[in-house]
Amino acid sequence: MSKKQSAIADKSASTTDFSKAPINASLNREQKIDLYRTMVRVRRFEERSLRAYQAKKIGGFLHLYIGQEAVAIGCCSLMGKNDHVITAYRDHGHAIGVGMPMNPLMAEMYGKATGCSKGKGGSMHFFDPSRNYWGGHGIVGGQIPLGAGLAYGIKYKGLKGAAMAFMGDGAVNQGAVHEAYNLASLWNLPVIYVIENNGYSMGTSQQRSSAGSLAKRAEGYDMNWSECDGSNIYEVRETMNRLLTLAREQCKPSVVEIKTYRYRGHSVADPDNTYRSKTEIEEYRKTKDPISVFQKILHDEGVLTDALIESIDTEARAEADAAADFAEQSPYPTVEDISKDVYWEEDHPEHKTSQGRIFFE
Amino acid sequence: MPLITYREAIRHALAEELSRDPNVVVMGEEVAQFNGAYKVTEGLLEKFGPNRIVDTPISEAGFIGMGIGASMLGVRPVIELMFWSFYSVAFDQILNNAANVRYMSGGLINCPIVIRGPANGGTNVGATHSHTPENICANHPGIKVVCPATAYDAKGLLKSAIRDNDPVMFMENTILYGDKWEVPEEEYLIPLGKADVKRVGKDLTIVAHGRAVISSLAAAQQLEREHDISVEVVDLRTIRPLDEETILESVRKTHRVLLVEENKPFCGVDAQIAYMIQEKAFDDLDAPIKRVSAIDAPAIYSPPMEAEQLPNPQRILKAAIELLR
Repeated sequence: MSKKQSAIADKSASTTDFSKAPINASLNREQKIDLYRTMVRVRRFEERSLRAYQAKKIGGFLHLYIGQEAVAIGCCSLMGKNDHVITAYRDHGHAIGVGMPMNPLMAEMYGKATGCSKGKGGSMHFFDPSRNYWGGHGIVGGQIPLGAGLAYGIKYKGLKGAAMAFMGDGAVNQGAVHEAYNLASLWNLPVIYVIENNGYSMGTSQQRSSAGSLAKRAEGYDMNWSECDGSNIYEVRETMNRLLTLAREQCKPSVVEIKTYRYRGHSVADPDNTYRSKTEIEEYRKTKDPISVFQKILHDEGVLTDALIESIDTEARAEADAAADFAEQSPYPTVEDISKDVYWEEDHPEHKTSQGRIFFE
Repeated sequence: MPLITYREAIRHALAEELSRDPNVVVMGEEVAQFNGAYKVTEGLLEKFGPNRIVDTPISEAGFIGMGIGASMLGVRPVIELMFWSFYSVAFDQILNNAANVRYMSGGLINCPIVIRGPANGGTNVGATHSHTPENICANHPGIKVVCPATAYDAKGLLKSAIRDNDPVMFMENTILYGDKWEVPEEEYLIPLGKADVKRVGKDLTIVAHGRAVISSLAAAQQLEREHDISVEVVDLRTIRPLDEETILESVRKTHRVLLVEENKPFCGVDAQIAYMIQEKAFDDLDAPIKRVSAIDAPAIYSPPMEAEQLPNPQRILKAAIELLR
């Protein structure tokens, strides 16, 4: 056995424990396959979107989640009726994780009227309030106070639920994040601040951007914190289930750092040749790829067969291709559409109480 | 009709809306136990309890962002900024998140949040505490901006703002907090986007908002008394939406316009209004539009000079006479 293969073997050996955690042990075969399938769907969706970007069908930025799938899918798989999610601009995985279909997501990136935000948000701004998904936010760390607000709303309404507010490792140095930490701890808000640590804030490594360890900063706010490996979806689920339970049952907030990795640049515009080596990327891909890791676990459990792996992959590719076709064939928004969805009141003329001019030339 | 202060009028509006809608929450620095830095929220904690009247740490980006997030779930936070000047540390939350989230979600989300507090100079607190950001906020589609000048307007407009399903920036004035006005006891609402002719005249239209309305009314009295000039004063009350018709109606009557505001002149609210008037009432104008704004420098501390920097009645009077010459 080569050294790299043994790393996977070691990993799966250590994950046996996580597979026995009640939250994972209680999963039936279909649910396990579904977790795997969703990760594969995220990856195929993003690979397809990258091709569309390279073909100049998608404008602006494209921040790919490839390599991090177990984090969003693991976390979102635990959502109950009153649990909510908000994240930053690397938001495709969470969108699919909460159950958004591929067609409106791809169409959004194509800038089409059939997009989930009618072509007004783009790749960084996916939303689906009907699935408790509140975006999709462009400014590093800017969404974290909103996450505290979702938790405030849950608590104010007397509901038993939690908000998961995701950020990258670069966001932990933003002031708004620390303000939101303080409020959550001060007021016992049911929020989990999830740091998806992929090692790089754009092109700056953690070592060059953040003093100390990331989640441990919660101690300064007298807040619970935890760390976990994001390459194993069972471990993500076990850790997050614990923290979600604390939040839902006791209104206790937490910070969790989930160690993960992205294979692609910060965005597609990042040439990715200045700050890390190809070897580093290859090493992760071979030893810790979340899809490969879970595939092996489920294969060993006898849940996945080669034929099933093949068919899941084929279906995911076909679904992503169909989404690209749907996006391609969809119409663009119109010039008139530019001025819609700005004000609730203008969009609901039957309830309008204001007077005067609201749009200007 | 009872006389109450501008401060009391705002408090009454808050109390009435808190009673009417259990989703309304008042939060901000010192709003509860301290009774409000300017005593606007005095007594509300006692009446509504700590779940509805919430003291926050000094952490504007945090609690305003939190309020925006809560508003997405249907809570209706009315957030006090001790000074509107402090909005700059929450700029991203207000003008990226609250202003844009509806648009970026293709209309799936709305933020029924009010951010209120004093936005004025004239109290000798220096440049960091004297901002009047109504122009900056109104520059962001998705945001509404209200600047009441009287107790009556403050109450009726704040009640409308709290019921509004879009984010409303409500800008008060510490110098006006103690001014007493007639305010009816029975409930009333003033719609956003409706200007008010505070004084009827025929020779000159002054368009103003906030405390500049009060200074303009004082100047108008003196112009009438000493110079036999009849001035009409149009109080915008709301900056966005903007009541263009009331302005134009007055311009068509007087044919001369003086625009007065506490804003700095460059890209001030009145720059937009001047553009609008020349476009829509060019043939009605008998003289170029004139403006009186704050003298274009950061707010000076020196008390007598700060009074000069702002559009006081003397500066308004002088500009009016020049315009009519």
